[in-house]
Amino acid sequence: MNGLGVALRITLPLAVGALFLGLWELLVWHYQIPRFVLPAPSLIGRSLVDDFWSLLPSLLLTLKITLMAFALAVLGGVAMAILFSQSRLVELALFPYAVILQVTPVVSIAPLVIIWVGFDNVELALLILAWIVAFFPIVASTTLGLRSADHNLLSLFDLYGATRWQIVTQLQLPAALPYLLSGMRISGGLALIGAVVAEFVAGSGAATGLAWRIIESGNRLNIPRMFAALLLLSAMGIVIFLLLRGLEHLLLRRWHESAVSREL
Amino acid sequence: MTMAAEPLIRLAGVGKVYGNGTLALNGFELTVGRAEFLCLLGASGCGKTTVLRLIAGLGSVSQGRIDWPDGAAPGTAPAGRADIGFVFQEPTLMPWASAFDNVYLPLKLRGISRAAARERVEAMLERVGLAPFANVYPRELSGGMKMRVSIARALITEPSLLLMDEPFAALDEITRGRLNDDLLGLWRGKGWTVLFVTHSVYESVYLATRIAVMCPRPGRIVADLPIEAPYPRREAFRTSTRYNDYCRQVSAALHRAMGEPGP
Ligand SMILES: Nc1ncnc2c1ncn2[C@@H]1O[C@H](COP(=O)(O)OP(=O)(O)O)[C@@H](O)[C@H]1O
Ligand SMILES: [Mg+2]
Repeated sequence: MNGLGVALRITLPLAVGALFLGLWELLVWHYQIPRFVLPAPSLIGRSLVDDFWSLLPSLLLTLKITLMAFALAVLGGVAMAILFSQSRLVELALFPYAVILQVTPVVSIAPLVIIWVGFDNVELALLILAWIVAFFPIVASTTLGLRSADHNLLSLFDLYGATRWQIVTQLQLPAALPYLLSGMRISGGLALIGAVVAEFVAGSGAATGLAWRIIESGNRLNIPRMFAALLLLSAMGIVIFLLLRGLEHLLLRRWHESAVSREL
Repeated sequence: MTMAAEPLIRLAGVGKVYGNGTLALNGFELTVGRAEFLCLLGASGCGKTTVLRLIAGLGSVSQGRIDWPDGAAPGTAPAGRADIGFVFQEPTLMPWASAFDNVYLPLKLRGISRAAARERVEAMLERVGLAPFANVYPRELSGGMKMRVSIARALITEPSLLLMDEPFAALDEITRGRLNDDLLGLWRGKGWTVLFVTHSVYESVYLATRIAVMCPRPGRIVADLPIEAPYPRREAFRTSTRYNDYCRQVSAALHRAMGEPGP
């Protein structure tokens, strides 16, 4: 892409955003809209600064749950996919349950999980729920990726008497990497959604993550803080997405068609 | 002449039925002699790839047997198979690995460390003319260069038998001619045996010490012609009357194999 394209890609959305915020500010000021209905952007900004230190622990809690659920989803998902690739029988036996876990709305299992794990252990419940949502994209994408290894290369590994483990680590996993990374990008976003939904369900101050702060601020009609917490949540989602995109680029840019830059 | 060579492999009455019921080979008889450059010639779908895969131990014989008069039969012991190099129709490289790492693969799978293999791999890349490209990834190499990497990988274990499955079919005429010459250069005087599959009459006559012609499915050998021309064969050979006579002869055999009247 040329310089003008890059500049446009950054300035254009910024300009649109600035215009939108300006209009919003103007409307709130002009119609004297009360702050508990729609706070002006400037007020939200001030709330973000004033409440930052009180919101920070909540941010860290939600971040911790999201990252742990994501990491466990990647580890568990890859391990399960490798297991599937080794035994068709295990795959036939277990895959339907992975699907069931995936299609059952997490909101509907959340109360059960919270009761089982216990209210005094609510962080663990959140972790389990976020993990359930984040797990499936990893299993599904890695399973497909492990299977997509070139069949002739597989023959070659056989010819040289490679062990099963050598085939997994040196052929199937590298072949699955692009699939795994795109699964991770989806799973990272889902882990955050899972954590937030679980917090909403746990409610009533049992968990004090960002989602709870949104409910709490709403109950107190502190709408500016509600917006501030919301803003932090999206910022977190964006940062996770960008980091995973960066990782994908870093790992694939030398060899995979999806990541190499096209030169004409 | 070459028939007198000491036999390396003997396929006797080999039949192959695939899981879906396809009868690919039936009554396939072939003896490959040591140090031969044997071309297997046949129309597409006649079972040439099947023959190579069976010899390499990548699949089971449904009928008949494959004997290795001396040495372990491949497929029975992994150590026996290590003596075979395989070059596929596509370069079949690992896209995530550099040219060096692709050539290093067979040694790596045998537990030889990178440091211990470095000199050997570099020498092999040198021999196929790719020394400056050791750290380049496959997607940055041309079709011909990728094929050279594939050949280097097959030769790195110094196999006594090299199986090549239409390796140059996808390349342009000039690259193909150059690779033919380079392959002959690598083969000559090294004492290894090549079984080279092609559907090109001209390529087979240029390369082979002997040509075996296959009939359509179910495949078997229907003609066996020695090519008695001295090596090194160079461009001049391509325009000689002897070359043209052989081409006409092989072409006629191929047409008979296809059940068509000769040209
Ligand atoms: N794995 C397979 N399963 C079923 N049929 C196959 C398989 N591989 C090859 N065949 C069939 O066997 C025949 C011979 O195939 P192949 O050995 O690839 O021929 P060639 O290499 O001469 O083109 C073809 O008809 C092909 O369709
Ligand atoms: Mg073939």
